Amino acid sequence: MGKIESVTSPEHGHAHEQGPADPALRALLVERLAEVLDAAGLLCEPEELRPYECDGLSAYQCVPLVVALPANEEQVCKCLAVCHELGVPVVARGAGTGLSGGALPHAQGVTLGLSRLSRILEVDPLARTARVQPGVRNLAISEAVAPLGLYYAPDPSSQIACSIGGNIAENSGGVHCLKYGLTVHNVIRLRVATIRGEILELGSDGLDTPGYDLLALMIGSEGLLGVVTEITVRLLPKPECAQVVLAAFASVAEAGAAVAKVIGAGIIPAGLEMMDKLATAAVEQFVHAGYPLDAEAILLCESDGTTEEVAAEIAHVSEVMRASGATQIRTSRDDAERLRFWSGRKAAFPAVGRILPDYYCMDGTIPKRKLADVLMGIAALSRQFGLQCANVFHAGDGNLHPLIMFDANEADQAERAAQFGSRILELCIEAGGTITGEHGVGAEKIGEMCLQFGRGELETFLGVKRTFDAKGLLNPGKAVPTLHRCAEFGAMRVRRGQERFPDLPRF
Amino acid sequence: MQTLIENFSERIREAAARRTPLRLRGGGTKDFYGCSLEGELLETGPYRGVVDYEPSELVITARCGTPLAEVERTLDQGGQMLAFEPPHFGERATLGGCIAAGFSGPRRAYAGSARDYILGARLLDGRGQDLRFGGQVMNNVAGFDLSRLVTGSCGSLGLLLDLSLKVLPKPEKELTLSFECTDAQAIERMNQWAGRPLPLSASCYLQGRLHLRLSGAHSAVDAGVVKLGGEQVPDAGDFWRDLREQRLPGFGGTLWRLSVKSSAPPLGLPGSSVIEWGGALRWIATDAPAEQIHAAARNASGTAARFRGGARTEPPFLLTAAILELQRGLKATLDPDSILNPGRLHPQI
Repeated sequence: MGKIESVTSPEHGHAHEQGPADPALRALLVERLAEVLDAAGLLCEPEELRPYECDGLSAYQCVPLVVALPANEEQVCKCLAVCHELGVPVVARGAGTGLSGGALPHAQGVTLGLSRLSRILEVDPLARTARVQPGVRNLAISEAVAPLGLYYAPDPSSQIACSIGGNIAENSGGVHCLKYGLTVHNVIRLRVATIRGEILELGSDGLDTPGYDLLALMIGSEGLLGVVTEITVRLLPKPECAQVVLAAFASVAEAGAAVAKVIGAGIIPAGLEMMDKLATAAVEQFVHAGYPLDAEAILLCESDGTTEEVAAEIAHVSEVMRASGATQIRTSRDDAERLRFWSGRKAAFPAVGRILPDYYCMDGTIPKRKLADVLMGIAALSRQFGLQCANVFHAGDGNLHPLIMFDANEADQAERAAQFGSRILELCIEAGGTITGEHGVGAEKIGEMCLQFGRGELETFLGVKRTFDAKGLLNPGKAVPTLHRCAEFGAMRVRRGQERFPDLPRF
Repeated sequence: MQTLIENFSERIREAAARRTPLRLRGGGTKDFYGCSLEGELLETGPYRGVVDYEPSELVITARCGTPLAEVERTLDQGGQMLAFEPPHFGERATLGGCIAAGFSGPRRAYAGSARDYILGARLLDGRGQDLRFGGQVMNNVAGFDLSRLVTGSCGSLGLLLDLSLKVLPKPEKELTLSFECTDAQAIERMNQWAGRPLPLSASCYLQGRLHLRLSGAHSAVDAGVVKLGGEQVPDAGDFWRDLREQRLPGFGGTLWRLSVKSSAPPLGLPGSSVIEWGGALRWIATDAPAEQIHAAARNASGTAARFRGGARTEPPFLLTAAILELQRGLKATLDPDSILNPGRLHPQI
């Protein structure tokens, strides 16, 4: 992940904006936290704090005042109560793999690391649920229940490392979410600590709960409403088998049309991914997945289910791809080949990172029918900013991940990359989409929130925030901008219909 | 249509100024549901019509007053459906009422609920402000998830205007199997089979028989039949429709809806019972006292809510003090003068 040092602005959590910490308050905070945490649970020395200065978006860095690592729910609650009493900001952190700076520390705040709450508390094979602590890794859940023939469906690409608590904060998806849903569709119950240190039970072991759906509200709230201490997830039976079709196309537009035809034919693939030529070329050098290098775009379409279902669906998909003008179609013959087809997609980010030292991964969603237009717009921006951009795309969901390549050591490239990224998000909004499909707003897209939402919506979000956290201590400066912040961003006046840069060409 | 929205907004602003409640109403098919029906009637029916539907996007956007039947007909022409299979409870049911009530039908345990399929909501809040949350795309994590929050809120957080929903293709084939067994056996089987890769799409136990619906590709359904056995039920579409609309025996009198752990054994409550959603939904028609029903739900790791009949002035479900406070806070955020369907969801909200 590259560095975009120049991207600094108020509320992004930068130390110089947040001012120096009051030494007396820090001393009191340390004293009070030491009373509730064990010796391993409180980090105060500069060299101990340094590893927490950023999450997966390493362009944004800030050393926290202290790091608290509670060992259990009770300690989480006590830490929060101390922070509430002293008026100290709290940034909850899972595995720190997030890509939008959601776990970026606050210079005057506590980073509340949940990595020690890493136990799978209970698996119920008959009811197909698992009760886990927030620090459990996403993949560890599926590994633990594999002997029962079950798995946890949402599979963000960082699943080997990311924590389920972080997944709740971001409402994480993954390559299979078109068919199996996001985190919000696969979690039935949460225990959440409020900023006052009280426990709320949201949801239940049933499929719904009467009253307003606070469970759905909490999921994806980026640590602004509470700190999750326990999660009950639904488990699904592992599909009997899975197979992948790899199809090559002579143009991105044809590949986009093929996506629409697959869905239009009544097929909901387990995964449907697109990569453009730059992305396939990058990964082919890196992992030798066997992708055709002359294609302008490739599609990977996975089918899973019973043996009979998969056979029928794969035949159907191949037929649709052929009718959509695919220049080449290959079907995985066995699981090894299926995994090799996927290996390229999964290695796309690091592979792009080998072409140039830095890349900036964007995350916007668009209606699928706008794909060709938006990709043309991105290509034009790429020329305008003089930076290459490879595109990988959760095509079934319309979720784009343009990877802007740059070299932070070269003049103003990092600055240009940041501007390029912001312009891509504007394209997504103009296409009727959103500035974040699955990575969250965090610190990164706080400005673009002012483009997507108007004053009324933002005031509503802030009202929701106050309902849970009147003092504004939970992850301040992330996810929801203040109106003051938007005024600074200079965007309020241009929302809905008006162009931000009316003199620039649009595509 | 913009004039209609301005009229709605004007009425809301007036009501807020006078602090007189409004009673938002689509087709009125769910007047039986919830608590207080007080307030001046504001009919949403005229604000109707499908706004956008492109089958390959798997998304439909329609206005709140659109008849639910019209939404389903439109989707049917595209070979698609509302996968949460919502009950109508009458021909006049609207999409707005469907989302405001947040009901889901037989497919829920296998495909998801109304709130799982909502992608975006445009609404007028209690100040008459025209707000848009979510969108028309599936992956969207910008801002708090207000479109899911308003689903099932009984119109108490805003007048829903335009709603965007994810839709799914209709299955190639559906087939229903029936098995004679006890309720305990039915619960056991529903849970065991849901843990195997079978194309289940609905389940129900009533009057001594377990009904299972299989949906999907021909090959998958046929293979499922071989694995499960049982008797095939001809023309079972009517059965599932009648179940969804509560036209089968077992839904009379005071009806409670218990949402519990799917594997919980039979609850042992007096009265008649219908089990759905792989065991996770238990309908109980009973005159037993509310405390007894809430206790049974709690023992089964779930919750109970009065669904139909009984004392409408009583809280239909229990909330802890902390949760009630949050819910009231959310209500105050979106409807500060408490004029939108106050007391409909719960007497204190």
